[in-house]
Amino acid sequence: MPVSVTNSELVYDALKGSGVRLISALPETWLVHLVRLADQDRDMILVRLAKEEEGIGISTGAHFAGLRTALLMQNHGFLQSINGIASLALLYKIPLLLMITDRGTMGERDPWQTEGGKYTRRTLDALNIVRDDLARPEEVRGKVAKAMALAQSSLSPVALLLQRDLMWEEPAA
Amino acid sequence: MKRIDCLQAIYPRLEDCAVVTIMGAVAAELYSLGHRPNFFYLEHAMGLASSIGLGIALARPDCKVVVLDGDGSVLMNLGGLTTLARYAPRNLVHLVFDNQVLLSVGGGAPGGHQWFTTATSTGTDLAAVARGAGIRRAQLVEDLDDFTEAALDAIRGDELACVVARVEAEMPASFHMDVHMLENRFEFPRALQRIQAKTATGGRT
Ligand SMILES: Cc1ncc(C[n+]2csc(CCOP(=O)(O)OP(=O)(O)O)c2C)c(N)n1
Repeated sequence: MPVSVTNSELVYDALKGSGVRLISALPETWLVHLVRLADQDRDMILVRLAKEEEGIGISTGAHFAGLRTALLMQNHGFLQSINGIASLALLYKIPLLLMITDRGTMGERDPWQTEGGKYTRRTLDALNIVRDDLARPEEVRGKVAKAMALAQSSLSPVALLLQRDLMWEEPAA
Repeated sequence: MKRIDCLQAIYPRLEDCAVVTIMGAVAAELYSLGHRPNFFYLEHAMGLASSIGLGIALARPDCKVVVLDGDGSVLMNLGGLTTLARYAPRNLVHLVFDNQVLLSVGGGAPGGHQWFTTATSTGTDLAAVARGAGIRRAQLVEDLDDFTEAALDAIRGDELACVVARVEAEMPASFHMDVHMLENRFEFPRALQRIQAKTATGGRT
């Protein structure tokens, strides 16, 4: 499976570096190594979800208890979580670091990913959630740290969209 | 059995717990007994009270967490029961007031609410659902003595527990709450900081 191990480790280390102690996740292909890394890390609390919206509640509780968290999901999981984001995170000013794999964009081969991919960004924008792309290995550490800093200072969700170029290594044709 | 009597029965024991309630009737009745800063009233986001409780319980294994839920809210996040069961924090107690309706949409006008029944009115057994989800200690109680014993046992205990209380579909005397959502949101984490390590049960589950 050509999901990038190296770049998954880079993202994981950046999350740890920004103080994340609890990760909630509902995997998809691009997230398998990130979830495995969290699972193997004895210092990380990994919560495997049945549905992504639960993660909004779990991160809220952890924030109330003083822990920094990150949420791993694909963009359809973000769409799945909208009411939790609106009626809990935005309403109650809860910091969230949303790590969202950006499926259904340029280069997508899975037909089922293509619909949600068209409006992930516009949905984030409609919710006034500050977002950025994670596409190049050298920008990972800095952007994750800055996204966490903004989430904590603004007490709001901040989204990083994990790009195909970062997460996927196309096998040589 | 009335919800207010159930709340009254456990109220003194909630003093050093992190308490998360759903919106509406449950929040208003708990508030009417006397607000405390360690009570967080989730005024929207139906279904997520138990997930918030799980997040607190995992992050603060030393702190007893009590979630006050409703049948309609639980039905909106049944998957969350499987997540509770999976991580089974020993410091989490899930109390579900099953009045078989979505009570709080009525707004409290006498007789003014729509009787919107939930599936528990036609046979769904949330205690059985919780057990099926993997919560080993889950029981249904139908009178106040049983509730009081089960709930206090659960709060005293050292195991994830779910108590489903069959209660009357009765509106609270008042929905008045003089604590702003954001005020409550910011006082609650401070109250958690003040709750001493009491029932330390070790790190991750
Ligand atoms: C997503 C969503 N749908 C509908 C509502 C409207 N609503 C507010 S309270 C409530 C009923 C909650 O029912 P339950 O959890 O059984 O508690 P009760 O009010 O019966 O105590 C509903 C449907 C809402 N707040 N959010």
